[in-house]
Amino acid sequence: MKRFGDFEAVKGIDIDVSPGESFGFLGPNGAGKSSTMRMIAAVSPVSEGVLRIFGLDPAHDGSAIRNRLGVVPQADNLDGELTPLDNLIIYGRYFDIPRSECIARARELLDFVQLSDRSAGRVDSLSGGMKRRLTIARGLMNRPEMLLLDEPTTGLDPQARHVLWDRLYRLKQQGVTLVLTTHYMDEAEQLCDRLVVMDAGRIAAEGSPRELITRYSTREVLELRFGAGQNADQESSLIGIGERLEVLADRVLVYADDGEAALREVHNRGLQPESSLVRRSSLEDVFLRLTGRSLEE
Amino acid sequence: MATPASVRVLEMQMLLLKRIWKTNLTLSFLQPLLFFLGMGLGVGSLVNDRPSSAEALGGIPYASFLGPGLLATTAMLTAAGESLWPVLGGFKWDGTYEAMAATRLTAAQVVRGQFLWLGVRMGIAVGGVAIVLAVHPDTRSWGIAPAVAAAMLCGLVFTAWITAWAASREYDTSFSNVQRLVITPLFLFGGAFYPVDSLPDVLRPIAWVTPLWHGVEMCRGFMLHTLGGVDLALHTLVLVAWLIPGWILCDRFFAKRLYR
Ligand SMILES: Nc1ncnc2c1ncn2[C@@H]1O[C@H](COP(=O)(O)OP(=O)(O)O)[C@@H](O)[C@H]1O
Ligand SMILES: [Mg+2]
Repeated sequence: MKRFGDFEAVKGIDIDVSPGESFGFLGPNGAGKSSTMRMIAAVSPVSEGVLRIFGLDPAHDGSAIRNRLGVVPQADNLDGELTPLDNLIIYGRYFDIPRSECIARARELLDFVQLSDRSAGRVDSLSGGMKRRLTIARGLMNRPEMLLLDEPTTGLDPQARHVLWDRLYRLKQQGVTLVLTTHYMDEAEQLCDRLVVMDAGRIAAEGSPRELITRYSTREVLELRFGAGQNADQESSLIGIGERLEVLADRVLVYADDGEAALREVHNRGLQPESSLVRRSSLEDVFLRLTGRSLEE
Repeated sequence: MATPASVRVLEMQMLLLKRIWKTNLTLSFLQPLLFFLGMGLGVGSLVNDRPSSAEALGGIPYASFLGPGLLATTAMLTAAGESLWPVLGGFKWDGTYEAMAATRLTAAQVVRGQFLWLGVRMGIAVGGVAIVLAVHPDTRSWGIAPAVAAAMLCGLVFTAWITAWAASREYDTSFSNVQRLVITPLFLFGGAFYPVDSLPDVLRPIAWVTPLWHGVEMCRGFMLHTLGGVDLALHTLVLVAWLIPGWILCDRFFAKRLYR
C-alpha cells in the first residue's frame, strides 16, 4: 500500500516473484505501477503492509537490497553531459566496484546493448532507444539478481522496441529475474512468464498471458465496424452471436471461440458491417473485460 | 580495498569538473585578483593616509586587513553559488541524486559526497585567493595555510545550511533572495572590509553570531599572528555549532526527498 498524503496510489497488492521468473505489471497510466516499482526498488517507503525483497525488509536493509538490484526508472536519469562509458563507470563506482572492474564491465555491457560504437560521444546525442538501452546497461553494472524495468519501451518507435525486447529476452535466458511494468499488451505477452493486471491501485487478475486470455476471453475475437456513430445501434441485432459483446466507440467486439462462424452468423442476419476482422484474443481483451476500459487511451 | 562512499560520489562531480576546469581555474584567480587589487589598492590609498583609519585597522596597511577576509568571503560565495541551483537541479532537473538513490549509497553518503565536492570547489577558489595573497608583500604570511583551513570550515557551514535550504525547496523562487538578502549583507557586514567595531552599536552583535565574521576573524588572526588560543577555540566552537545542525538538516532533507 502506498499513500501520498490522503491519496492512495497503491491500495492493495499481493504478489510473489520467484528467482529467474519474468514478472509484469500491466495497467494504464495512473494504475500505480511506478509507485509499486519504487517500493520494490527500496527507494519509496511502504505506507502499510509487508514487503520483502530477497527476504529483506526495505525499511531496514534498503542499501543492501539496492546493492542486489538493477533499476531502469520510467524517466531516464543518465548524465547527459558525460559519455555512455563514463555514465556506466560512475554508476558502478556507486556500488564500490573497483575502477578497473567497472571499466571492464562497462565495455562488456556497452557491447551487449549494442552501443560500443557510441561509447565516447555525449549521452545527450543518443536517440531515445539508445538511451533506454544505456540505462539498462547501467542497471546491470552491479550484476543484479533482479532487474526492475518501469515501462522500458514507452515512447520508442517499433524498431527500437524490438531491439530492446531482444536484449531483455537474452537477459531472461541468462536467468536474470525481470520485473517490468508496461501498458503495452504485446510487450507483456512477449516478455512476461506471469503478470498481474493492475487498475486504480489494485490487482484485477493474475496469471500467465495465456491463462489470463483463456480465463477472461474467448479464443478469437470478431471486430466489426459499422461506421461512425452506428456501432451502438447494432448491439441489439447482434445479441446471441458469440459469447459476449463489447461495444466501443469505433467498433463492436464479438467474443467467440470461432470467429469465422460468428461472422457468417452476422451475414446470415443480414447485417452489413463496413469492415470485419477475426483475430486471436489478446491481453487488451482481458483488460477490457476486467475494467470495461481500453488500455491505451 | 573499499573507497569511502563520499569519495565515489565526488568522482562523478570531478568528471564534470574536467569539462569546465579551465574557465573555472582562470576565474578563481582573476576574480580575487581584481577584487584585491581594486579594493586593497584603491580603498587602501584612501585609508592608509588617514591616521584615524590606520588606527582603527590596528596600524596595518589596508591590504593586510582586507586580504585574509577575502579568504572567508570567497569560501562563502562559492558555497552559495554551488549549493543553490546545482542542488535543487540534482533533485529536479538532472536526476543525479535519483540515480544515486537507486544504488547502494545512502542519503547520508550522498550528502557527504556533496560536501566533499563543495570542498573541492571552495578549495580551488580559496586557493586562488591564497596565491594572490602569498605574492603581495602586504599579505605574505605563514599564516595563510591555517587561514585557508579556517576559510574552508567557514565555507562548509554555509554549504551545509544552503544545501539544506535548496534540498527542502520545491522551486527556486527564493534563491535569488537568499543571495540578495542573506549572502550579500553578510558579505558586506561580516567584517571583511572594515572592523565591525566601526558599525553602530546595535549592529555589532549581529556580526558576532554570523558564521562569516568568525571565519573572517580566524583568517585574519592567523595571517597577522594575532590569534590567541582562547579566540581560536571560541571561533572554531561557534563555527562547529553552526555546522552540526546544518549537516543534520541536510541528512534529513536528502533522506526525505530521495526516499519518499
Ligand atoms: N509523489 C507523488 N505524490 C502524489 N501523488 C503521486 C505521486 N506519485 C504518483 N502519484 C499518483 O499516484 C497514482 C499512481 O501513479 P503511478 O504509480 O505513477 O502510476 P503508473 O506508473 O501506473 O502510471 C497517480 O494518480 C499519480 O498521480
Ligand atoms: Mg509509471
